[in-house]
Amino acid sequence: MSIVADDILHRPRHLDMPLKDDATDAFERLTGTVGDVTADDPKMRTANVDVFYGAKQAIHDVSLDIGNNEVIAMIGPSGCGKSTFLRCLNRMNDTIPSCRVTGSMSLDGEDLYGAELDPVLLRARVGMVFQKPNPFAKSIYDNVAYGPRIHGLASNRAELDDIVVDSLKKAGLHDEVKDRFEAPGTSLSGGQQQRLCIARTIAVSPEVILMDEPCSALDPIATARIEELIDELRQNYAIAIVTHSMQQAARVSQRTAYFHLGKLVEVGDTNQVFTNPRHELTENYITGRFG
Amino acid sequence: MDKLHLDQHISHQFNLELEEIRNKVLKMGGLVEQQVANGLSALLEADGELGALVAQNDFEVNALEVEIDEECTHVLARRQPAASDLRLIVTVIKVITDLERVGDEAEKLGRFSVDLLASSEEMPGYRKDLRHLGELVRSMLGDALDAFARLDVDAAIRTAARDDDVNREYETLERLLATHLVEDPRQVSKLFKITWCARALERIGDHSVNICEYVVYLVKGRDIRHTSFDKVRSEFL
Repeated sequence: MSIVADDILHRPRHLDMPLKDDATDAFERLTGTVGDVTADDPKMRTANVDVFYGAKQAIHDVSLDIGNNEVIAMIGPSGCGKSTFLRCLNRMNDTIPSCRVTGSMSLDGEDLYGAELDPVLLRARVGMVFQKPNPFAKSIYDNVAYGPRIHGLASNRAELDDIVVDSLKKAGLHDEVKDRFEAPGTSLSGGQQQRLCIARTIAVSPEVILMDEPCSALDPIATARIEELIDELRQNYAIAIVTHSMQQAARVSQRTAYFHLGKLVEVGDTNQVFTNPRHELTENYITGRFG
Repeated sequence: MDKLHLDQHISHQFNLELEEIRNKVLKMGGLVEQQVANGLSALLEADGELGALVAQNDFEVNALEVEIDEECTHVLARRQPAASDLRLIVTVIKVITDLERVGDEAEKLGRFSVDLLASSEEMPGYRKDLRHLGELVRSMLGDALDAFARLDVDAAIRTAARDDDVNREYETLERLLATHLVEDPRQVSKLFKITWCARALERIGDHSVNICEYVVYLVKGRDIRHTSFDKVRSEFL
């Protein structure tokens, strides 16, 4: 009865699926970064950065801009160098004696590793939020006031009060703590502590905020709050965030940078990277494939 | 990034889920092709029994669409697919919508072939034209599904380009039918049914083009809908 049914149903239709190139091959073939490493309105610029811990090279020839009013997410497997790179951006690696950084890094054209640049002042301009909330063993008020005090940003108590209140508001924590400024910072919940640390960072009027896995110790609701806050902060700061959560990178960033074994494999618009990555290694990582 | 590597996820279960979805789409494609072939055969051979069977079997196509849609929703909710996995899911959701509509057109062929049997007069002049149009769209549909199965961008673009031939054939047939209608208005009911059959075939060609466009999106990550063929050809061929 049906004239060609058998022919159609039994015609082989197999995916042409050869074995994927070995990931190490793809890595060895890697010559430079895929995509545009520059930002439209760069706040920080880095070029040909190499980082060594003793004899071991942790970062290979990375060039990447961090733009004003944008969030750039740095993703990659453990040990890929994303945190090392982030820490170089405010000279946190200076505290590690064996660490050596070469190449150029600048903030508004000023050499980060130049002799005239004071790293303490740099860290006020380029603030950092860490994986685990680390409030000082002081009151909520003093945690936020600490930076402005040591940098002499307030000439009297009223000014200092303004800075503390303003920073807590920007960090979305003010309403929750306004009645207990004198309570210890450590009495807050994990998510609140992390927002307190963000308030502490904001209090010294930084230009750039670096975040190293800021939500990995938080529950989904606290995470959503921090992500919302990151999006608000973007209006006033340049933000670089290192995260293990690809969904988080996709949610909060405008640009995404993929690191692999110390090399910057691909940089691109976040929408592009998560729908149509250009490099095989990026594709393998964000889709959870072997590699 | 020309291959999907569906078997390379760290999660073995995710591999299975995607492979299952892909297999079901191919199964649905095979079923729809069979429906179109049978509908056309019923029309051309005046086989009312086969026509009724085609109309009756459309529910199988519909059921597969619902089933695949649901599985895609589950993958989106549970796996948050990205990159080629995401494009595969988006492509499948679109391909099955077009396949379901092709199924509806096949059902129309089946129903009209039954109706046409009821009207006494023969339709000698049109069998050859309908057969020609039918063969064109059947091969387009088959090639579009092959291009999807093999992720073959070249084949997808070449197949989509054949829709011009289908449209030309359809327009010629439409003109013939319109002339006939003016000459012999008593046959209006029958001529309309033949026109609708021709129209159904022409629409199958359009749906095949859509499937080809999704294949390019799946493999290349580029949406070529509403782009001129010359531009697409110069970029991808």
